[in-house]
Amino acid sequence: MNAGSVSRYRHRRLANAMALLLGTLATLFGLFWLVWILWVTVSRGLAAISPALFTQLTPPPPGNGGGLANAFIGSLEVNVIALLAGTPVGIGAGMWLAEYAQRNALGTIIRFLNDILLSAPSIVLGLFVYALVVRPLGHFSALAGGLALALIVLPVVVRTTDEMLRLVPSTMREAALSLGVPQWKVILQILLRSARAGVVTGILLALARISGETAPLLFTSLNNQYWNHDPLKPIATVPVVIFQFAMSPFSGWHALAWAGALVVTLLVFVLGLLSRLLLARSKVIHD
Amino acid sequence: MSALVPPSASPGTGTQIASRQRIAHDAWNDRLFRGLLLGCALLVLAALLGAAGSTLWGGRLAFHSFGWKFLVSDRWDAVNGQFGALVPIWGTLMTSLLAMLLAVPVSFGIALFLTEVAPAWLRAPVAAAVELLAGIPSIIYGMWGLFVLAPFLAAHVDPWLNDRLGALPGIGRLFRGPPLGIGMLTAGLVLAVMVIPFISSVMREVFKTVPARLKESAYALGSTTWEVVWNIVLPYTRSAVIGGIFLGLGRALGETMAVTFVLGNAHQFSESLLMPSSSIASVIANEFTEAYTDLHRSALIALGFLLFMVTFVVLAFAKLLLLRLARKEGDV
Repeated sequence: MNAGSVSRYRHRRLANAMALLLGTLATLFGLFWLVWILWVTVSRGLAAISPALFTQLTPPPPGNGGGLANAFIGSLEVNVIALLAGTPVGIGAGMWLAEYAQRNALGTIIRFLNDILLSAPSIVLGLFVYALVVRPLGHFSALAGGLALALIVLPVVVRTTDEMLRLVPSTMREAALSLGVPQWKVILQILLRSARAGVVTGILLALARISGETAPLLFTSLNNQYWNHDPLKPIATVPVVIFQFAMSPFSGWHALAWAGALVVTLLVFVLGLLSRLLLARSKVIHD
Repeated sequence: MSALVPPSASPGTGTQIASRQRIAHDAWNDRLFRGLLLGCALLVLAALLGAAGSTLWGGRLAFHSFGWKFLVSDRWDAVNGQFGALVPIWGTLMTSLLAMLLAVPVSFGIALFLTEVAPAWLRAPVAAAVELLAGIPSIIYGMWGLFVLAPFLAAHVDPWLNDRLGALPGIGRLFRGPPLGIGMLTAGLVLAVMVIPFISSVMREVFKTVPARLKESAYALGSTTWEVVWNIVLPYTRSAVIGGIFLGLGRALGETMAVTFVLGNAHQFSESLLMPSSSIASVIANEFTEAYTDLHRSALIALGFLLFMVTFVVLAFAKLLLLRLARKEGDV
């Protein structure tokens, strides 16, 4: 080897080492933010958490004492409306895509648009529901908030249902059809049942996504300082209350906002973990 | 199904009539079921068209009143009924651009680490940890950005940028300003952290689809790991990698809450990245429930329409690029 090729070899080795080092540093950079954000959320949230958080109403402006009880119940109500509205439609659309539109043009278009809806700005979906529900009714309501979130649930459920049904072996369809079972029974009672774990995973993922969603609720369900069980009235939800409290100048409200943030983050992580476990288990069964 | 029915038109025995009725019944139910599912699928279409149509319709007053000036005027004056969207549009584009400048190289580094560098036992846990970042609700990013990151930047980073980079000719004007902590730079940083998990997971997935024999051939010719990634893996997955980047861009453009917290909602135009600004989504979030005139509300909905159109184009482009790799894989 002459001197030129030795130096070139050394140069290539150096470039390689640099690139791999930078890749490792980039990963540490990403994990650094994760640790920082979680540390702040957990430490500030734990400092403010107390039984009163789950039993008392959101306090008025000076913001001392009180809890987020009405916001928790409100979030529950809005999320239930969202799941009730979004899940059946999502499963239906997913079944249509997987069973009737594997390769046709309309199926391809809807699958494409569904993926766009999946990443579409949620605040615009809120504007849509504002025009669709809030304007005609004349006031903000829990129902409108639930429907706005249903538009976020919908694409998640459509996509997972579609993917999970397509994983079901086609021999299962053929066996059932050859016995003369009508197709709707094949889909509902055989295919959907064998893809059940995957579909439930999709619902859990959707729930995780809407649990922290704030933007579309700002002008659909608005906020409410008191208890409300009427779906046609404005309602408090945890993310909107966190937003209102965090943007205020009062330290008592800030503390409650951090406590709410910790609860929401934990809920989202638990839902994510559950869906992962469920998916891993269903894969074992399929194999 | 109809082949099972005896072809004779003559009335058959009782069981034949019953089975014929049953087959007709099943066929009717099948058609009903199929129609019902099609209706569900069309609702997805309706949701997207409805969001575009309703924001266009709701924004018509603003589009009519201001025409092209809505896009190029920087005057946003709710009291005098003058609305120009230049500042929010500029804020949205600049914060997303900053986010991509930081997020793309970092995501590439993470994907490189997870596919080539890390030992096998470390890959799954680190990938799961990075994806946790995507699970954190955006309002938590906002609070952390406002209460923790912004004071930190104001105390340690902004003065340094102002002193060192602010003195440079040309790009210096981007970094001149008071150390407020909130502003476009902070928003860009928060957005970058938020989109890193999306971009890096797409890159990681597509890097794994490169056929092993291609990589092994390059190694056999004496390539280093970096040369294999740069000359084999990246060209093979180029369209999908760009697709992943645009997916992240689509997310960054439409992100609302985190940006609302750290951008400062200012309507004065400023070229400095250290100054507060506003983005389309943050203006809608801040002002929509307080908009009392029809024109103000219409201007906000018109902004929503612009945002929807821009993200639609970006996301559609991303999706098309990602499909190209999927198709290539199907051919192999």
